[in-house]
Amino acid sequence: MTGDRARPWLLSAPALLLFAVMLVTPLVMTAILSFNSFDFYGGIQPTFGFSNYADVLGDSYFYEIFGRTFLIALVTTVICALIGTPQAYFLLRMHPFWRSLMILVVLGPLLISVVVRTLGWAILLGNNGVINEALRNIGLIERPLKMMYTSGGIVLALVHVMVPFMILAVWAALQRQDPATEKAAESLGAKPFTVFRRIVLPQAMPGILSGSLIVFSLSASAFATPAILGGRRVKVVSTTVYDEFLNTLNWPLGAAIAVILLVSVLAIMVAWNRLVEKRFAAVFQ
Amino acid sequence: MIRNGAFAKLFSLVFAVFMLAPLVVVMGVAFTPEGFLEFPPSGISLRWFEAILDNPDFIDAAIVSLQLGVASATIATVICVPAALAIGGGRFAGRDALQALFLSPLTVPTVVLGIAFLRFLSMMGLNGTFGGLVFCHVVIIVPFVLRLVLASVTGLDPSIARAATSLGAGGWTVFWRITLPAIVPGVVGGWVLAFITSFDELTVTVFIVNPATTTLPVKLFSHITQTTDPLVASVSTVAILFTVALMLIVDRLYGLDRLLIGEGTR
Repeated sequence: MTGDRARPWLLSAPALLLFAVMLVTPLVMTAILSFNSFDFYGGIQPTFGFSNYADVLGDSYFYEIFGRTFLIALVTTVICALIGTPQAYFLLRMHPFWRSLMILVVLGPLLISVVVRTLGWAILLGNNGVINEALRNIGLIERPLKMMYTSGGIVLALVHVMVPFMILAVWAALQRQDPATEKAAESLGAKPFTVFRRIVLPQAMPGILSGSLIVFSLSASAFATPAILGGRRVKVVSTTVYDEFLNTLNWPLGAAIAVILLVSVLAIMVAWNRLVEKRFAAVFQ
Repeated sequence: MIRNGAFAKLFSLVFAVFMLAPLVVVMGVAFTPEGFLEFPPSGISLRWFEAILDNPDFIDAAIVSLQLGVASATIATVICVPAALAIGGGRFAGRDALQALFLSPLTVPTVVLGIAFLRFLSMMGLNGTFGGLVFCHVVIIVPFVLRLVLASVTGLDPSIARAATSLGAGGWTVFWRITLPAIVPGVVGGWVLAFITSFDELTVTVFIVNPATTTLPVKLFSHITQTTDPLVASVSTVAILFTVALMLIVDRLYGLDRLLIGEGTR
């Protein structure tokens, strides 16, 4: 029956049409834009060349921005894995009442705007902020610690934004494990940390790996947090693109930076998946 | 079941403080009687909540955000339900590619989506329009709706629909009387998650709004990057309370962990 074969495509037609017009077309137009040139007086020129890419790839200023962005994303990912993995494990072992409360604490912030959460960090980290005031009041420091407009401050706030994704991924992996394996290890005399390292961690590994991928790619393209906590002083790729588009108005250059970001994030994701499939093939079987 | 030890309890407590601290600080600051950000507040005052009423910009932005969230979540749900029925309904050539396409907005960095939409809308002469904003948001939230609807579609027993058809029910009757009631939790969960995602969206939206269509997150963002007065804290507090109320309702109806983990998609 031909009707049966057409059915799924008919059902998907509205979404497919929307994605063709509103996603594929804009992305193709952006790719083309990145090859155009920009004239300060004439605006965007419909020429075709690699000058924007040459500008970005030949300028140490942009290397610094890309390097900082990926370093921030990497450190955020590692910290999220270090905090999120044990927290997901503890969550699994909690009394059901405390667990449902803790799930609200972990997942609730995901539903609150990143702008609002970052505002909280700005209030905490400022030179006259909550943390510096508290440290000064107990006499630990005399001059305020500089935390606003630093990469460290951005990482701290990004961990807060991203760690729920890590916990969700590890939590999903741990729920598939057999709790009897832990009990067996314990009854054979293993200490809690040994159980965690030798029994739980290997079973959590698929979750940690997929969570790391999500956290890394979201951190590398995060905008609100570095924009508010880093400002003009600590620029990352997304805030640089924003400035090119809305302040300098050099859209072709901004588009080239964005395309490089997209390609490098996708390349890292593919490489990561390859690596994971190769090294941890046994875990996924 | 093995329970947690003292270390695990302490770890969880410190973690909970870390997760809640920025939100508590924002809400605390909102109640200050002073004209600057201070925590803990030196007194309790509703001064900065009253100030919201004197700033129609914020109220207008909140109304735009609400309308945008409802419109885009509804359109996304309406187009995702048939797509999920197609993808979850059985194997066909191109199924995996179709699903990958519909989930792809999650993989593309949001800042790239933002400039792509800006370029597209300005070439179409639609930049800054509410309609343009709605369709951009639909693209961003489709993955969230699709995942949840798909999860409930894959749990369907196809023999029930077949039984209805064999008893003479038409395609529409089967959909309205059999399929839709069975997937309602996924559809409602998807709509709510889509609404919240749209309501909170900043990175894409900041590129494609104009002063008349500024959303609440964009308004807050541009206010914070210029000045920080307790007004942003009181507006944020109202937004937090709104989200918490929505969250509690969803948790009761659907389960927050199910909503965010997307049960059944793995």
